Amino acid sequence: MKFDLHQALNTLDINADWVGLRQVNEKTTTHAVRDGRPQSNGRDFTQGVMVEVLAEGQFGYAATNRLDPASLQGAAEQAYQQAIATSKWAVHSFTPEVRPKAVGQYQSPFQQPLDLISVADQLDLLVKVCDTLHVSDQIVKTSAFTQTLETEQIFVSSNGTDTHQTFGFVITNYEATAQDGSIIQKRTDNGPLARCYQAGSEVFDPDQVLARAQQVGEQAIALLAAEDCPTATTTLVLAPDQMMLQIHESVGHPLELDRILGDERNYAGSSFVKLSDFGHLVYGSPLMNITFDPTVPGEFAGYAFDDAGMPAQREYLIKEGLLLRGLGSLESQVRAQVPGVANFRARSWNRAPIDRMANLNLEPGQSSFEEMISTIESGVYMEANRSWSIDDYRNKFQFGCEYARLIEKGKLTKVLRNPNYRGITNQFWGNLAQVGDASTFAMYGTPYCGKGEPNQCIRVGHASPTCVFKEIEVFGGAA
Amino acid sequence: MSTSVVVSPTETLAAWESTFNQLADLLLDNLQAGEHLSIELAGEQSHFMRLNAGKVRQSGLVTDASINIRLIANQRTAYAGFPFTGDLAVDSTVALEQLQQLRQDLPQLPEDPYIVLPENYGSSREAYSGQLLAPDQVSAALLPAVQGVDFTGIYASGPIVRANRNSAGQQHWFATETFVLDYSLIAPSEKAVKATLAGQAWDQTAYTDQIQQSITQLEVLDRPVQVIEPGQYRTYFAPAATAELIGMLSWGGVSEASMQQGGSALAKLREGKSLSPHLSLKENFSLGLVPRFNSLGEVAPEEVPLLVEGQLVNTLVNARTAKEYQVTSNAASAHEGMRSPEVSPGTLSTADILAQLGTGLYLSNLHYLNWSDRTGGRITGMTRYACFWVEQGEIIAPIKDLRFDDSLYEFLGTKLENLTDTQEFIPCVDTYGARSLGGSLMPGLLVNDFTFTL
Repeated sequence: MKFDLHQALNTLDINADWVGLRQVNEKTTTHAVRDGRPQSNGRDFTQGVMVEVLAEGQFGYAATNRLDPASLQGAAEQAYQQAIATSKWAVHSFTPEVRPKAVGQYQSPFQQPLDLISVADQLDLLVKVCDTLHVSDQIVKTSAFTQTLETEQIFVSSNGTDTHQTFGFVITNYEATAQDGSIIQKRTDNGPLARCYQAGSEVFDPDQVLARAQQVGEQAIALLAAEDCPTATTTLVLAPDQMMLQIHESVGHPLELDRILGDERNYAGSSFVKLSDFGHLVYGSPLMNITFDPTVPGEFAGYAFDDAGMPAQREYLIKEGLLLRGLGSLESQVRAQVPGVANFRARSWNRAPIDRMANLNLEPGQSSFEEMISTIESGVYMEANRSWSIDDYRNKFQFGCEYARLIEKGKLTKVLRNPNYRGITNQFWGNLAQVGDASTFAMYGTPYCGKGEPNQCIRVGHASPTCVFKEIEVFGGAA
Repeated sequence: MSTSVVVSPTETLAAWESTFNQLADLLLDNLQAGEHLSIELAGEQSHFMRLNAGKVRQSGLVTDASINIRLIANQRTAYAGFPFTGDLAVDSTVALEQLQQLRQDLPQLPEDPYIVLPENYGSSREAYSGQLLAPDQVSAALLPAVQGVDFTGIYASGPIVRANRNSAGQQHWFATETFVLDYSLIAPSEKAVKATLAGQAWDQTAYTDQIQQSITQLEVLDRPVQVIEPGQYRTYFAPAATAELIGMLSWGGVSEASMQQGGSALAKLREGKSLSPHLSLKENFSLGLVPRFNSLGEVAPEEVPLLVEGQLVNTLVNARTAKEYQVTSNAASAHEGMRSPEVSPGTLSTADILAQLGTGLYLSNLHYLNWSDRTGGRITGMTRYACFWVEQGEIIAPIKDLRFDDSLYEFLGTKLENLTDTQEFIPCVDTYGARSLGGSLMPGLLVNDFTFTL
């Protein structure tokens, strides 16, 4: 008999102030080819239900992959027991207002269904990608990876919530490693796993995929003969595929309210941002406009409702450089008494939701790419993240990229390898000098934003134009 | 009104073992001529309690298990992962559907020249029972001792299972009941005493004693924070910090596949370079904290030396890599990372650490390490928690966090002065997707002229 979450809710016998059931069913297909040979191919399927119970002001949870009424009743009793046993020690006494009634549906956008492409066609394309990446005998390794996910999430609760969201995700990665003696350089398709979208099989258009693979292979070879990035304090231009990481680490994480409230201090860390900074802190230059927006079609972390049932909508977190709003769910908002967003998200049915990024974007400015470069007497242009590290308050960072070009007298000149830069968040964003227009804007994401205790990896999307920062410390690789 | 099902950890483990074996028998009985199959189980029944400021932020239970089957036929292979509920009727239906789906997928895949057929390397059964706190007793056991201090972290406990069967007749079962308390006591300066308490039996006295020690250590963090300028300093890395540095070698370091494919930071060791003669690193499974079998069912030797007195003597190799590069497998994991690493102790006594450091930095923990130039062996990262400026063998003050960027060929090479003569067990506390098993045995490191950049 098919499991019915609504019926399961109706048959629960639990004396709580609120009960919610969140069911997640997810099918994943993964295909990986290395040097034209199959590496890892398969399917994963997970499903289960998290029962959340509110009693005596405290939430307790229990999650199970046994989808039958008796197991859910058992889970509800365990969740209730946890709520009661810990209510005396609760960080905050919650009410059902942090789980508002929500009713609605969401469906990821797509042009062609994911199942339109067969396993054989998928593998054929990946083998061709490897062949195309292999532009010379100096390419010593080629890899092609695709992953598609079909996710269904249903949330019902004792106060009438009934949401049904279905997602289609596509993740691709194509990379080439080139070697000349002891010099080894890797180039990927905008950074490892950066091409993450809510989409369908249109993502696998062979002409577009193979054209990108050709460029990846050629640029890997170009890096072998390139000079190392110079050590200098200079003008830095970042492409959207590196801006993604810059926004994620130095804007997204420090604005998470649960970090500011201290929940993450034993793991992911805290934040240099204080609750009193909202509405007051000048985070960056007046060109800096950051939005939280799960409504962007096709961006990786789109949805209609978060896991508390809060409707998702676009919000400015930073406007003209001023910090306005945090990345905080309804639970964090009542604890912190500052405005937040619909970002209470769990990785799957087996983890409780916490404050996460979703789609976090830098809004476009006015300058074309050519206009921005033409104004720079001397600088470095960098693409695609390859190394990332930042302190637990999200201040001192050091990031590395795959590929760079020198900027001399308003023009892109030599290719540079091993480009790195470092800085301190508030100063760095204060040095934002130019923001590219919509023609420079691009959208990426990552499936691996890690946080939480217990740990959870979540999907996030980031879109940005190309940006120019002045007086940034850049440097190259090991001597 | 529903009848409830709440199953104890012991009952869960017994039921899972029985159901897993019946399910595996069913799958193996359904194989057709020329087909080979391996079957893996990973499962847990976990209690997670998240703590902040001496209070409970979130608390709950997760019962989760999954099966992964790998079918091999006609020189092709594919896998399928699906839930293991412990209900044989439910799981049998799903498992047979997945087997059938794999039969449809296989002909669509190219031939795999490096396919590894299941073999019978021998069977094993290890089961370690625990004495853990009941989930409804945890907050009362943990929290009274930490009132008045800023206590933040996670408590995780319950049974964990790993099992493996294959069509060659091999059977492995590994079950353990463990807890991990991973916490920080945070000072008003926002510096912290970081510690873990892990095991198979909860000891309330040991817990309260450890908390008292941590509270005592908090006092030194009350001193004003000192700003240290970037530069090169003599540096002591406590065992937890050593574990972070050595852990990087599991990420493009000791893997043979990585070495062969241009992705290893240790490649220069194959070209004649060496690290410090003080440094020896091995995989040591004798602690029994992790299963010795890998996803292919291979069983690792009890010890696999990797670095002996600074020389690379082995890399980690699994059967697939062994076949591709004509080398010998040592039953490494699929990713050829370390599962039970141990760095050998040196001669520096704990009592002499500060005196031998003299003037420099004492680092208890590191944060967010990454390769800044992997082929160059260069690592960047941050200091974290309790880190101090030391002058003439005396702790002067906690430091404002510093970023480092240095090459392992330097700080594990000529700049490595000594290691402590004792090791600490650093439990693996990761819970991504599932609770991790095991940990590492690490001494402290004393390094000359370590480079800080920001």
